Amino acid sequence: MAMARGGTSSGLIQSDDSAPAIELRHVTKTFATPGGGTYTALRDLDLTVESGEFCAVVGPTGCGKSTTLTLVSGLERATGGDVRVYNQPVDRIGSDIGFVFQNDAVFPWKNVLDNVSAGPRFRGKPRTEVRTEARDWLRRVGLSGFEDRYPHQLSGGMRKRVALAQSLINEPRILLMDEPFSALDVQTRSIMANELLSLWDLTRPAVVFVTHDLEEAIALADKVVVLTAGPATVKATFKVDLPRPRVVQEIRFDQRFVELYQQIWAALRDEVEIAYARTTASAEEAS
Amino acid sequence: MNDLRNPPRPATEVESGDSPTSESSIADARRRAQVRRRVSVYLSRTAVVVIVVGGWELFVRLKIVDPFFWGQPSGIYSQIRDWVEHGTAQGSLWLQIEVTLEEAILGFVIGVIAGVVTGIALGRIRFLADVFGPFIKIMNSIPRIVLGALFIVAFGLGLESKVILAVVLVFFAVFFNAFQGTREVDRNLTANARILGASRWQVTTQVVLPSAFTWILASLHVSFGFALIGAIVGEFLGADKGLGLLIRMSQNTFNPNGVLGAMFIMALVALGAEALITMLERRLLRWRPPQLAGPEAAGL
Repeated sequence: MAMARGGTSSGLIQSDDSAPAIELRHVTKTFATPGGGTYTALRDLDLTVESGEFCAVVGPTGCGKSTTLTLVSGLERATGGDVRVYNQPVDRIGSDIGFVFQNDAVFPWKNVLDNVSAGPRFRGKPRTEVRTEARDWLRRVGLSGFEDRYPHQLSGGMRKRVALAQSLINEPRILLMDEPFSALDVQTRSIMANELLSLWDLTRPAVVFVTHDLEEAIALADKVVVLTAGPATVKATFKVDLPRPRVVQEIRFDQRFVELYQQIWAALRDEVEIAYARTTASAEEAS
Repeated sequence: MNDLRNPPRPATEVESGDSPTSESSIADARRRAQVRRRVSVYLSRTAVVVIVVGGWELFVRLKIVDPFFWGQPSGIYSQIRDWVEHGTAQGSLWLQIEVTLEEAILGFVIGVIAGVVTGIALGRIRFLADVFGPFIKIMNSIPRIVLGALFIVAFGLGLESKVILAVVLVFFAVFFNAFQGTREVDRNLTANARILGASRWQVTTQVVLPSAFTWILASLHVSFGFALIGAIVGEFLGADKGLGLLIRMSQNTFNPNGVLGAMFIMALVALGAEALITMLERRLLRWRPPQLAGPEAAGL
């Protein structure tokens, strides 16, 4: 297991190829709508995420941010363009991928330990070995002693920790996160963001973190990608050069953070306004 | 009975009473109120039974209701007692119950397994659903109880014809619930399982089946009733043993107390089975939050 400690660069990742972790070239995704029409979520989108890089994707609501993740994971296929993971075209669900969903996706009928064990068990690892590993991960996410609980007995934040442990136990080289903390209250959210950073530091997967919260994006990421109002394409990419390790709750007072926030917000604002104008226009049409 | 498993929430201090006993006294008062409530519920239930059964008996004795058509509670009681002590015309009462139960349980088990397997298969595989959907709808719309007449001729007076009738009745109830349950599985959960590395078969057995279980278990309550109906109607149409035969013999000898007595015994059997299914449900749905677990939360 590659245990890259905090402060070291991503060079410790066990990856012999120097190819980027994720590469999207001129990607288009069109869905058929129930009415017989089509809806284009992504148009000509280019995105590269290096191995071990933490990339945040921001954009107005409903612009196709989540679609990007489903394409990388292999849950959906692109309509056009090229989606590659470690230089391999994505044609099925990759085994190197972890996915943390926006809504609860832990299995409500499994207790915490079995939930965390699910991934390796699906992949056929022996039970006793998996149990030890799962206990390790539960310790890392701070849930030791909760092994026998069922998800409905946990708080929202604890369920998110279970979801994180469940994904990370597979030691994915790519971690996709779809607004993972949006259902949590503000305090729990920043605590979870902090913990995410220290967990990320353990195995240093490449991360694509979709969010509509710009502050969260800057606090966490090495790179923030701004998408346009749908059909989404990349509007601008910003490098976040804030030093690590970071304390999420405090970094927003940093002068550099404020500068970055202003720059990125300037790019994002127009798109948010376009998206908002569209929703109000369609609401007026409907009324 | 539900309140035994859900202890009252810790009482919040409503009054500004600073004495250390106030909190426990509020809890005490609450517990006493609950006991009072439960006692009054049981008393009222007893009153309902007394009024209905007593009124029936009374109306018969006052010659307002004709016992030749409607029987009477005391007659039903002595009929059952007679069966218990001297047996029925076709052997001991226990044998009749055993035969009917055997048919019903066999039909139930086979019907449930067939319904669950078919329901999940059609729910998971769209092509199968498209092909077989109309046929299942047609079969569901015919009054299947009539098939009993056919089965008696084809499979004889013995066990098989009743079991098959019970299977036919149980199958559809379970099938539709399993099918719907499979369709309603949270897509997030299946997506998560697939990303975590589950094969299609693993998704079916470890995600679809448990999440459809809520639906399937709900159908089991109804379908054991259907299995009993299948067994009894089968026996009614033609048999050499069983409670259904007992009902028919009583009917043929103009003995309404016999018909109602056999019905009463069936009701007891059905209630016993219902209790077993509820136990099974509680065990299998342990993972659910208590306020959602099973119909008994609504007082049923």
